[in-house]
Amino acid sequence: MNLQILLIIIGVYALIIGYLGWLGYKSTKSASDFLVGGRQIHPVIMSLAYGSTFISTSAIVGFAGVASMMGMGLLWLTMLNIFIGIFIAFAVFGTRTRRLGAELDAHTFPELLGRRYNSRFIQGFSGFVIAVLMPLYAAAVMIGGARFLEVQLGLNFSLSLFIFASIVVVYVFYGGLKGVVYTDAFQGTIMLLGMIVLLAYTYINLGGFSSHQALTDMAGLVPQKLAADGHRGWTAMPEFNSKLWWTMVSTIIMGVGIGVLAQPQLCVRFMTVKSSRELYRALIPGSIFILIMTGAPYIVGSLTNLYFMMKENKIALAMVMDPVTGKPNIDKLMPVYIGYAMPEWFAYLFMITLLAAAMSTLSGQFHAIGSSIGRDLYQQAIAKGKHQQRTVPFAKAGILVAFVGTILLAYNLSPGIIAIATALFFGMCAAVFLPAYISALFWKGSTRLGVISGMMSGLAAWGIWVLFFHEKESAALGLSKMLFGKTSLVTRTTWAVVDPIMVGLPLSALVTIIVSMLTRKEE
Amino acid sequence: MFGFGDFWVAAAYILCILSTVLCVVYGLKHWNDDEDIPAAVHPPDENLDFEETI
Repeated sequence: MNLQILLIIIGVYALIIGYLGWLGYKSTKSASDFLVGGRQIHPVIMSLAYGSTFISTSAIVGFAGVASMMGMGLLWLTMLNIFIGIFIAFAVFGTRTRRLGAELDAHTFPELLGRRYNSRFIQGFSGFVIAVLMPLYAAAVMIGGARFLEVQLGLNFSLSLFIFASIVVVYVFYGGLKGVVYTDAFQGTIMLLGMIVLLAYTYINLGGFSSHQALTDMAGLVPQKLAADGHRGWTAMPEFNSKLWWTMVSTIIMGVGIGVLAQPQLCVRFMTVKSSRELYRALIPGSIFILIMTGAPYIVGSLTNLYFMMKENKIALAMVMDPVTGKPNIDKLMPVYIGYAMPEWFAYLFMITLLAAAMSTLSGQFHAIGSSIGRDLYQQAIAKGKHQQRTVPFAKAGILVAFVGTILLAYNLSPGIIAIATALFFGMCAAVFLPAYISALFWKGSTRLGVISGMMSGLAAWGIWVLFFHEKESAALGLSKMLFGKTSLVTRTTWAVVDPIMVGLPLSALVTIIVSMLTRKEE
Repeated sequence: MFGFGDFWVAAAYILCILSTVLCVVYGLKHWNDDEDIPAAVHPPDENLDFEETI
């Protein structure tokens, strides 16, 4: 790859981002503009902004790698992402959220919950949880973007991190949510283009839909260890109830992101449009975007097995074997495949696609963390709603705190924690916010006390499970080892692989229901 | 089916496309559907949208 051409492309890309951020800045005249885009955002822009915030770099590169190992059964995740993450989210949750948001004049996700129950505590608590835990997720995305600059431009990692985060924070700081959604829509368009080319080129290269049959015929080449775990080929589901089946299905359940419906940075997008009509219209670009953005990596990832078998007589896993550890590194699959199979010009497009995916996710996170700190935690909860005329300066100060906090985390956290950061945040959103959010939208009988108790118990159960039980996370966080000398209190049992969502979410829902019913008369 | 190794993967592939079609058709069907835009019941915060806030 020619460094000069790449630099020119990145330069042009940065200029366009700068221009869109400036457009956001010019049209931001009020706190409502800064926090919810003045509730006047176009449906196509809203849906692309939603989708590009939803899909980060790791989704593109990581998912393709996983598919090269597990196969096309992962397409269930794409199907559920479209059905739940777009259809249910926009047509059911989105329309209600927008309406309630307008009725309550809510400007953030915590404010929607807080005002629904007339509780500054709920708003402040939600803002606090987001402010403390979302930086972990943002740090993971930031590191992904910085690694890109480090590898592609040969910059030092610390400098890359600083440059990458600084560019994003400038347009979030000045442009507010308008700056975020305008740039997101542009970045989403690049991502869509990149993935369409990748999918079409791969299919054309491998003989179109007949490539499915050719991949099915390779089932006998599945490595023995995977076959023993239940792998039955790249175009079939793993054997029912096998280890691989459970991994795939729980990934699908988690990935659907039971938590996706309650992600603060996504929910706030519903409040940026003028009416339900815009949300119905947004279904069209939104569903096509998610179909391509998640479908393409799974299909292409699986088909790389066929490509490498034809070219190198090896399956995909054998192509990304790490010489030091002797184990495959599936994160390298996509770069290796693109280097082999795609024309050189595509490599540039793919690089910009990855950069766009990281930036669009990070900008939504900075905005959500900043508004949680400035608006929800400080102004509404601590200052009891005073200084309304200073809403935007507070939110901007929050964005700067988010910037500094996330950079410090990204520099200091161990790689083990970064790897689980996204899952941590998604799980927390499901356990803490989902029952409260559903109750706020759909259950008139829910009470303030019920929702507060549900959120608290969800957070406590999720936190305890993460710190002491779910081994993948408790081992990385280290508190269990420090206090009890074991990486998990239930190590080597099935409980050690039960996801924190499975514990936190039902408990939080149950407590919300029971306490609401008990306190209904009083409230 | 369609060259896939089992029914469930073929079903996922087709359902991905059908879910998208559902979204597109639903979006077109409700293209002009709207509800009355509710008046804010929460008292607007004083000076919240004041221009000097920027």
